[in-house]
Amino acid sequence: MLIGTEIVYGANLLENYTPLALDGTDPFKMYSKHKDMIVLNDKPLNIEAQAHLLDHKITPNASMFVRNNGLIPDDIDVKTWTLTIDGESVVNKKTYTLAELQSKFKQHTYQLTIECGGNGRSEFSPPAKGNQWTIGAVHCASWTGVRLRDVLEDAGIKSSAVYIGFHAADKHLSGDPKKEPISRGCPMEKALQDETILAFKMNGEPIPLIHGYPLRLVAGGWPASVSGKWLNRISIRNKVHDGTKMTGSAYRVPCHPIAPGEKVKSEDMCIIESMPVKSLITYPKSGAMLQEGKKLAIRGHAWAGELEVAKMEYSIDFGSTWIVCAVEKPSNRLAWQHFGATVSFPKKGYYEVWVRATDSQGTAQPMLVPGWNPKGYLNNACHRIAIKVN
Amino acid sequence: MSNKKEFDKYLKKANRLIKLSSGVIILVLFFIPFYLTFPNLFEFKAQTEVTINVPTPVEVDEDRIENGVHVRTGFIDAEGLMTVVNNCTNCHSSKIILQNRMSTEGWNSTIKWMQETQNLWGLGSNQDIIVNYLVTNYPVKTKGRRENLTNIEWYEIED
Repeated sequence: MLIGTEIVYGANLLENYTPLALDGTDPFKMYSKHKDMIVLNDKPLNIEAQAHLLDHKITPNASMFVRNNGLIPDDIDVKTWTLTIDGESVVNKKTYTLAELQSKFKQHTYQLTIECGGNGRSEFSPPAKGNQWTIGAVHCASWTGVRLRDVLEDAGIKSSAVYIGFHAADKHLSGDPKKEPISRGCPMEKALQDETILAFKMNGEPIPLIHGYPLRLVAGGWPASVSGKWLNRISIRNKVHDGTKMTGSAYRVPCHPIAPGEKVKSEDMCIIESMPVKSLITYPKSGAMLQEGKKLAIRGHAWAGELEVAKMEYSIDFGSTWIVCAVEKPSNRLAWQHFGATVSFPKKGYYEVWVRATDSQGTAQPMLVPGWNPKGYLNNACHRIAIKVN
Repeated sequence: MSNKKEFDKYLKKANRLIKLSSGVIILVLFFIPFYLTFPNLFEFKAQTEVTINVPTPVEVDEDRIENGVHVRTGFIDAEGLMTVVNNCTNCHSSKIILQNRMSTEGWNSTIKWMQETQNLWGLGSNQDIIVNYLVTNYPVKTKGRRENLTNIEWYEIED
């Protein structure tokens, strides 16, 4: 129902009957999201951005995609909130209050790119199962918190440690309290990086509820599902963590390339680690019309998982020729990088501006949708916008 | 004697009853043409009372269909609709179903996964009804390796 439209037979509605969009469950109002964000699913809530909403260098809350596997916790009390470090490979199981975490360990701030593993899923053919993300499941906000390494070392890490697994306060869709909606993690090597933090602030403010208030693991450059929200426990495991969404086809891709639609055995699936190189034109919005002879300024961001973007190019002739353009260094490791160019068009007509990023190891984005996989992860095909010269 | 008296009494009662009912019937018959011509003529007072003073429950049909679509879920109205609504929108919303396109085999394996890991109940003979509904009304479309840009909203760009 469109807000503002006349409600037919409105006079007959009971006073206590409120149409869904007006009763305070409007996710745009509740979570301060931009009106042009796209709701893919409302139970569980999944919302994505559009390219032009991501134009800020540091993504504001209003433009940040939302990916939930379960129901958002509704009973958070920061005074009693604790984080427990346990698992087979912890020396001393320890529990910290939020205040202890904040006072005991040094705080750090990083801009960190977080992209959903399934960003771009909608383009796979045959279609892949899940939320049909297009291009907007990525953001780069500024996160403040303590290093996970400092906390894990305070509890003590045994030499048998292989992986960390997180546990959180979100609730399973079925209402079953024994089930966790998601419990993922990362290998010790990623857990111990400088930029892997337990964050309590986003863009200088307490993390919004929808993004993991009051405590979130932030592991930039890896599938966003590693950056667990509403954290209350981290287990140091002596094996690869086997929590919910660590097994089967979840966040895993075939270890060896397969044909589109081909079946893969569970043991032939490998966990996604670093995300691939990718970029997005955030200005102008697709559909711009300009007069013949005018130049068009374009800009956007590029990122490369664990790596850095080394080169940016654009093309107005579907990849027949590429023109190198400027790309800034990241403000810190794992932050997205900003590019810009001034584009000239030779004559009137319909154009597409395509951009292509190349990472520090020489791997570039494909123009076509890359390797098909059962759940449609890792589509890093080039982004493009439509332009008309009149 | 007393029998006759009682009989007269009943006769009078019956007479009164007949007169009264005839009156009511005549009155009703008299007003019917008015009501048919001006149906709202008699409602102004009653409606005020209904909407303001006496909020009698108005039935909002949760499962109403408009333009061939089940309004609450967005599902196409077709054979098996309510079986899908009743079994598939309890834990998650219809939006996740509407986003997806799968073959019969794909939906069956998704149902199996939900039963094994997400507490979905056994569907029995409803499973075929559900899967048939989905593959018939939401068939798989082939997209190729890259689609054309569509739904472009054209606008003049400022200098």
